[in-house]
Parts: sequence; C-alpha cells; structure tokens
Amino acid sequence: MIAIVDYGAGNLCSVRKAFDWLGKENAITSDPEQVSRASKIVLPGVGHFASTASLGRLGLRRAIGDAIERGTPFLGICVGMQWLFQGSDEAPATEGLGVLPGQCERFPGHVKSPHVGWNSLQIDSASRLFRGIESSNFVYFTHSFRCPIGDASIACCSYGATFSAAVERDHLFGVQFHPEKSGETGLRLLTNFCAL
Amino acid sequence: MLTKRIIACLDVDAGRVVKGVQFENLRDAGDPAQLARAHSESGADEIVLLDISATHEGRATLLDTVRRTAKQLFIPFTVGGGIRTLSDAADVFDAGADKISINSAALADPSLITCIAERFGSQAVVVAVDAKRSEIGQRWEAFTRGGRTPSGRDAVEWAREAESRGAGEILLTSMDRDGTGSGFDCELTSAVADAVRIPVIASGGAGGAADFVQVFRAGHADAALAASIFHYGYNQLADLKQELVRHSIPMRWPC
Repeated sequence: MIAIVDYGAGNLCSVRKAFDWLGKENAITSDPEQVSRASKIVLPGVGHFASTASLGRLGLRRAIGDAIERGTPFLGICVGMQWLFQGSDEAPATEGLGVLPGQCERFPGHVKSPHVGWNSLQIDSASRLFRGIESSNFVYFTHSFRCPIGDASIACCSYGATFSAAVERDHLFGVQFHPEKSGETGLRLLTNFCAL
Repeated sequence: MLTKRIIACLDVDAGRVVKGVQFENLRDAGDPAQLARAHSESGADEIVLLDISATHEGRATLLDTVRRTAKQLFIPFTVGGGIRTLSDAADVFDAGADKISINSAALADPSLITCIAERFGSQAVVVAVDAKRSEIGQRWEAFTRGGRTPSGRDAVEWAREAESRGAGEILLTSMDRDGTGSGFDCELTSAVADAVRIPVIASGGAGGAADFVQVFRAGHADAALAASIFHYGYNQLADLKQELVRHSIPMRWPC
C-alpha cells in the first residue's frame, strides 16, 4: 500500500487520482503508524514550505525519516522534494528533513515567478525513476523556489538558472514538477516508482 | 525551455459543453469529460472548464461534471464560474480541480483571493479579468457578472492588486475581441503581462495560428486560451502547435 501523506497542505486529490488510475492501492493518511507500515511513501506538496512544519507536530517527520532509513521507497513531490533539503528561503524558521545538503532559493529577479508551465529536463540516463522518459519530454511545474544541484540530482531544468528538477539516492526520490499533472510522461514516472 | 501554453476552454451549462461542438468519433460530443480527454490527447497543455449555468440545478451538476472530467485527466485542470466563497472553492477542489478561477466574487471582495490562496496555495488561484477598452486612451475597464456590469476598476491596476493579494495567474479576456476570431488584443495583454510578475493567460479573439504567434510575441502572454476554435476536430490543436513550432514559439510538442 502506498501512503500519500496528508499534512494539511492543499489538495491531495490529483496525486491519489493518478495512483487510482494506475490501479495502485493507496491511502491518504496523516497517521504515523500507517506511514511506517506502508510499502511506499509519497509526500505531495502544494503551497508554502512553512506548512511542512506540521509534519513534525503530527509525528510524521520521524516516521518518514525512519522509513527512509529502512529503505522504504519515498517520493517527494514539489514542496515534498524541497523538504528533503536542509531548508528553504521561503520559510527560514522551518527545518527541512536535511537528508540532502543545501537550501532552496528564490528564482533570480529577471524571470517571472512562479515558474508555471511545461518545461523540458536534462535527465541522467542511469535514473530508475526516469526509465523510458527522454530529455525531450515535458513536465508541468508550478513553484516559486528551487532546489540546489548536488550529487543526488538526476534531472535538471533551466529557468533563469539551472536547478535540480529531480533527485534520486538509493530508494529516496524527489521531483520538483507534478508527475500527476504531466500527462503520459508523468504517469510513466509514477509507474516506474510503483515498480521499485 | 519553458514553453508557451495552449489552453482549451470548455463552456459548460448544466453538465454539457455548449459551444459548437463537432468532434468526430465521439458518441456524445457535448460531454465535458470526453471532450477534455480528447483535447488532452490532441495536445492541450491545460483544460479550463467554465460553468455558465445560471440555475441552481446547473450548479449541482457542476461538481459531478468536475469529478467525472478530473478522473481521467492528467494535465492541469481549472474550474471557474460561480465560485463565491472559500467553501465553493473547496468543493470544486475536492471534486478534482487543480485550480479555481474567480472573477466577480474577487472584485466584490478581494480578500477572497488571499483566503483561497492561504488554504490551497497561490498556484491554485486564477483571477479572471474581463476587460473592455475605455472610450479614452489606452485604458481598459474590468467588468463583472460575465461582462454585464462595469466595475469602475482599471483592468491593469486590478490585475496588480490581484497579484499582491495572492493570485497565481491572471486569465485576461478581451471583451472587445471575444467571439470575433479577429485576433487577441495584444496591447491589453502586454499592458497586463508587463505590469505583473505572475503568468498571464490571454483570451478572447483567437482565430488562426498567426493570432497565437502575435499574442506570445507582441502580447508577452505566457499562455493563450481558446474555446470554439478547438471544437471543430481532433487535429485542430495538434496542427496549431505544429504551426507555432514552425514559427519558433516554444511548445510542448510532441506531447
């Protein structure tokens, strides 16, 4: 069972719908025990980085952190990916999980923000998450802050400057874009995640 | 490279798409769920469903329509028309919309923008501005109630305020061009697009591919929306995108 983590931030419908469409058993939950028992964990995120603070209050931060350490496949989407880093300039007082180094930053001033729409990626061909997906494929973004590029980056995107569009390390995955809103390309990515 | 978006709009009344619909190979061409899926397959980057039902029964049908449409749609899906409160918005999100579009209610009470943005995020709030050219000079006035009532607000200034209150995008319709097929109002579009930092979706006046080229180049639009021109066949949207690619407009193509 895939646990879709609900921490009171925005609309989780779309993510659930995509897994339903793929025929994958899933549950929206804010129960740390259910998250601990899940075979896979998805942390969606729309909205403000500060909303991730409630993961700590609900006991989910620890449940997710422990599950990642045990090797449970984890996919963070949008703010759910940003949360894997140490923090974000969007909410300096809110700590990220910090399993990846660096801080999320604003886009440079010369481009419109948020970055909204379909953009292409430069994909590392060794990625398991992007199996069957080409750099010429497009994915849908909507975000105002960007993740730093590091060793775990497996796809990069250019908008004002280059940023990390996806990370992968062992069973830990994160995507800045919305696979549940990225047409066939996004469904392919979710299928790859389910197949892990 | 970030592409320019082509958005297909479905005007829906009591659960049925109402503009001239001639999709072939569809048993029920007026069904919003089927049409949205067909548009998505032929290359639409987003779908906007605009509820134009005036009646209460029509509103009730809307949520069911949104639910059925969203179920098989995996591109961004915006729903507008008749959303007056946070609770109206929440119902539409629960039914599967990714974004809501508000117009009259936001002009009547601009704090509604902030209220919905704080709960669902700015990316989920599209403020629709229906603008009509004023008699004097390069100015446009924002209208409410489906273009029936002048608001007294300058459209550019209102778009700016909407942004500052938490809108994630502006859906800008030229009332002067709407339904004419004579091209988007590029002056209006660039006036708004240059005044805000959020994306602007141009609407009203789409005729042929050249109009889209113009509104992306001269109008500085981030996206362009059309309804009726996409209702005439499966290949229309794909043809348009290919034509725009030939004009070096960045497009999600092939999809």
